[in-house]
Amino acid sequence: MTPEAAAAISASPRTGRRPRFSGIRFLDGALGVWTALVFAFLYLPIVVLVVYSFNTSRLNIVWESFTLRWYGELFDHTPLMRTFKNSLIIAAAATALSVVIGTAGAWLLHRYRYRWARGLQSLVCVPMVMPEIVMGVSLLVFFAVAGIELGHSTVIIAHTTFCFPFVLVAVQARLQGLDPSLEEAALDLGATPLRAFWLVIVPCLRPAILSGGLMAFTLSMDELIISLFTASPDARTLPMQVFGMAKVGLNPMINALSALFIVTTVAFVLFSEHLRRLANR
Amino acid sequence: MQGLPGSFPENPHARAPRLRGWLLLAPMLAWLALFVVAPAFVLLAYSFASRGALGAVEFGFSWDNYARVFDPIYLKILARSVGYAALTTVLCVLIGYPAAWFIARRPPVWRERLILLVMIPFWTSFLIRTYAWIAILKSEGLLNGLLQASGAVPRIFPEPLALLYTPTAVVIGLVYAYLPFMILPVYASAEKLDGSLVEAAHDLGAGPLRVFREVIVPLTWPGIAAGMLLVFMPALGMFAVTDLMGGARVSMIGNVIHNQFTKALNLPFGAALGVVFTLLFVLCYALLQWRGGRARPAAAPAASNS
Repeated sequence: MTPEAAAAISASPRTGRRPRFSGIRFLDGALGVWTALVFAFLYLPIVVLVVYSFNTSRLNIVWESFTLRWYGELFDHTPLMRTFKNSLIIAAAATALSVVIGTAGAWLLHRYRYRWARGLQSLVCVPMVMPEIVMGVSLLVFFAVAGIELGHSTVIIAHTTFCFPFVLVAVQARLQGLDPSLEEAALDLGATPLRAFWLVIVPCLRPAILSGGLMAFTLSMDELIISLFTASPDARTLPMQVFGMAKVGLNPMINALSALFIVTTVAFVLFSEHLRRLANR
Repeated sequence: MQGLPGSFPENPHARAPRLRGWLLLAPMLAWLALFVVAPAFVLLAYSFASRGALGAVEFGFSWDNYARVFDPIYLKILARSVGYAALTTVLCVLIGYPAAWFIARRPPVWRERLILLVMIPFWTSFLIRTYAWIAILKSEGLLNGLLQASGAVPRIFPEPLALLYTPTAVVIGLVYAYLPFMILPVYASAEKLDGSLVEAAHDLGAGPLRVFREVIVPLTWPGIAAGMLLVFMPALGMFAVTDLMGGARVSMIGNVIHNQFTKALNLPFGAALGVVFTLLFVLCYALLQWRGGRARPAAAPAASNS
């Protein structure tokens, strides 16, 4: 096999170099078709969901005509609106706590050479990789033993526990590229460590804190499994309500709600991407 | 999202923490101790307790709950759950790996656009994405509607296909929910792979299959391992997808655990199942890291010489 043919595997179309060996080109084409099919698989159900949220038919089988009725009904549906409010409160509180714990934790683990730092890092990552069901179950029995009654606060605690590591890791990634002389300069000029952190370090970390916070908020808004174990009936979250309704069957209101969530998610991903580019600049 | 989480970024300018450093870190340590470590021990204690009257928990030390886990009924459910989760993982690797590789080999601008398209489903609630499939799969749903309209139904399938509430639906739901969790880590390690290593292997006379097996797979193994962990473990415990796509017909370990805590109210037995589940998780984690450790040395000299 010629080196040109081998290089074709990694050659970018931009260089304009045509692979001479047709086998490789065929393989690349086949992979391209496969990738297109994977994207179709990922997106078709979402597109169907959104399209049918504008359908007058309640059963979602055939397209009848365009309507915004389900969107209107959505805002009049008391359980959905109440659980949406719960979710917002919980997500906001969990995000605020996660940002504080995560940012401070990342900075401290970066600034100080702790004993067992590696073990600590692994412990921080445990809630990220731990199966949700184990976390939900163990928190449930813990709250029972500790005599903490289930309610909004228990869900907020549970959500913060799995959200703050995401903020911590996001901030840690940003800290690696930070110039260490920044803090030293601030200290030399007479700032206290706290002022140096607040006035010099935090502004540098802002994109990472913001994207970590967004991540935490989204994770909390979407969380179902852990909430099922840690929420009391009056602290039910929106995903819990949607889960209950979806178990019964199709409901065009859920289509409408999902469409709104998908639009929000797209905006969130685009905004995070923008933040990431800012951070990498 | 490179490899398995838990790596520690070293900072050469870090200083000794002294008392203040530890005091500042205390809130986070307390949080982890209270809400991660302590609950794990409480769960362990529960698993050795027994169920008293009215679902009350009587603490003690008995292996009864664990003995019950190995009852044939539950072993069958456990084996079935592992089977479904393994099938989901294999399908995610087969479907996701080629796509991740293709995306990683694009020029940077396209690479970023395409991976953004993976991020959107990744961040979209799995509940919404599972719900989307109900409309497609149910007997009077979109798929059957299309088949009916195409005229294929009367001839090939005399009756509407009963797809929803079947094992097939559960696997479709699981693969659909977790595919982005496979593509993203595989992409992360495929993107880092130095293309010249592939060229070098070709130059040295290796065929495409051999290059794939001996260069590409070992070098992207951290991504595959992370993806497998991110798909297998959640899929194993995901009772929400099984509930929605399988109805009550497909019962998995997650459903059993959930039932013990919400309906059967046998908390100690649920706790024992939870502990077994956690052990399974630790075992998989260790296995993937061990396998990763074995896969790397073969490729490491090549990587360091590049």
